[in-house]
Amino acid sequence: MIEIKQLAKQYGNIQAVAGLDLIIDAGEIFGLLGPNGAGKTTTIRMLTMLTRPSGGSAFINGCEITRDLGRVKKEIGVVPQHINLDLELTARENLELHGRLHKMPGAERRRRIQELLDYVELADRAHDLAGKFSGGMKRRLMIARALMHRPGVLFLDEPTAGLDPQTRRKIWDLIRRMNGEGMTVLLTTHYIEEADALCRRVGIMDRGRLIALDTPAELKKKVGEIVVEAHKQGETEYRFFTGREQALEYAGNLTKNVTIREADLEDVFVELTGRKVGD
Amino acid sequence: MIVLRRTFSKFFASRLVGPLLYLVAFGWGLGRSIQMDGGSYLEFIVPGIIALSAMNTSFSAVGINLNMSRLYHKTLDEYLIAPISPGAFVLGKVLAGTVRGLIACLIILALAFLFGARLAANGWFFLVVLLTCFLFSALGAVAAMVVNSHEDMANFSTFVILPMSFLCGTFFSPDRLPQVFSFVIEILPLTHASYLLRAIGSGTGMPGLSLAALVLYTAVFYAGGVLAVWKVRKS
Repeated sequence: MIEIKQLAKQYGNIQAVAGLDLIIDAGEIFGLLGPNGAGKTTTIRMLTMLTRPSGGSAFINGCEITRDLGRVKKEIGVVPQHINLDLELTARENLELHGRLHKMPGAERRRRIQELLDYVELADRAHDLAGKFSGGMKRRLMIARALMHRPGVLFLDEPTAGLDPQTRRKIWDLIRRMNGEGMTVLLTTHYIEEADALCRRVGIMDRGRLIALDTPAELKKKVGEIVVEAHKQGETEYRFFTGREQALEYAGNLTKNVTIREADLEDVFVELTGRKVGD
Repeated sequence: MIVLRRTFSKFFASRLVGPLLYLVAFGWGLGRSIQMDGGSYLEFIVPGIIALSAMNTSFSAVGINLNMSRLYHKTLDEYLIAPISPGAFVLGKVLAGTVRGLIACLIILALAFLFGARLAANGWFFLVVLLTCFLFSALGAVAAMVVNSHEDMANFSTFVILPMSFLCGTFFSPDRLPQVFSFVIEILPLTHASYLLRAIGSGTGMPGLSLAALVLYTAVFYAGGVLAVWKVRKS
C-alpha cells in the first residue's frame, strides 16, 4: 500500500508537484496519467527516493520514504523510463549485479535469476549482452531486474513507451500476471488505452496536481459517455453527452461532418487537462 | 560490501581491453624514443610516466564512466535505489578505476624493464602507485558527480589533468622553473606521486612529506566523492 500525504516538490519557482494526496491500495494497479511536465515522473522519483520531497510525506507498506530509507528500498522495485541496464553486461549479469546490490545470498540469487529469466521469457538469451537486445527485451529485463529482490510494490514509469503493439501487449500481460500474484503496481503512462486496459483506478495529474481520481469507467461517465466530434476545416470540436438521444439531437442540428462515438479515457484526459491550457 | 563491489569490477574486464591496447602502443612508441635519449633520462622519466598514466587512466576510468552513467545512461539511479551506502558505492567505483590504473602502470613498468630501465620496484613503489591510482580515481568520482555535462567533463580534464601532465615533474624537475611556478606545482598531487616513485625507484629513500601529501589528497578526494553522491541523493 502507498499512502501519499501532501507530497510536494519545488524546483526554484516551479512547483513540480503541489501537495499530492493519494492512497494506492495493496494489490492494485494504479495509473498516473497526465501531459508532459504534469509531475508524474517527479512523483515516482520522490516515492523511489531519487528526489527528495520539499514537503509532505509518503508511506510505502508503512515505511516513511525519507526516514526508513533502508526498509523502503527492500519494499520497492523500480522500472525507470529510460533504459538503464548495463548494456555491457549480459542479461544474467544485470540480474546478478542487482541481486548482489541487494545482498541476496548466492544460492537464492541464482535460483531467482533463473526463475525471472523464465518469467520474462529471456532464458534462452541469458548470456547475451543486454546491449544487443530489442527495446521490448530490454524492458522485460528491466522488469525482471526490478523483481529480483521480491519487492511488494512496483513502480513503472512509462513501461511501454516506444514499443510496438505486440510487445506492448506482452508487457501488459506481464504486469497483469505480477499483479495477479499480489504485486501493487503504480505506473505512469501517456497511453490512455494502457491505463484503460490495466488499471483499476486512474489518477490524472496536471501542473503538479491530481485533477481526477476514479476507475476508468467512472471517469468516462463523468465527462459524458457519448462524444460528438464536429469536423470543420481541420479543426475538431468535442461535445459530451450522457445519453445517446441528446447526442443525436445535437448532431442532427449540425451542418459539419460529425462522428458520434463512445467516450474513452482519452476524452476524459483531453477534457480535463486541455481545458486548462492558456488559462 | 567492498568484496561485492570488487567482483563487480571484475565483470568489466572487457572494458579494460581498450585502454590496455592504447597503453601498449603508447608505451612502445614512447619507450623507443626514450632509448635514443640514453639510459639515465629513461630512468628519470619512467617513474614520471608511471605516475602520469596512473593519473590519466584512473581519472578517466572513473570520471568518464560515472559521468556517463549519471547523465546519459542513467544507470546511477539503479545504484541510488539499491540499499548500498554512498561510501560503498564510491569505494566500488574508485577501486574499479584503481584496478584499471594499476594494469596500465604494470604494462609501462614491464615495458620499461624491457628497455633496460633499472628501477627498485619494491613494495613501497607499488603502494605509491596504488595510492596514486586511488587518489585520481577518487578525483574522477568527484568531478563526475559535480560536473553537469560531458563537455564540461572534457574541460575539467583540460584545465586540471592536462596541466598536471606537463608540469608535475614527469618530464623535467620543477625546481628549474621560476619560484612562483614551482611553488604551485609543489602543491599539486601528481608532483608528489612523481617524486615518490622517482625516489623509491632510484633507491634514494622515501620522502615522507610527499607520502603524507598523497594520503591527505586521497582522503580529501574520497570524502569529496562520498559527499557528492550523498548530495545527489538529497536533492
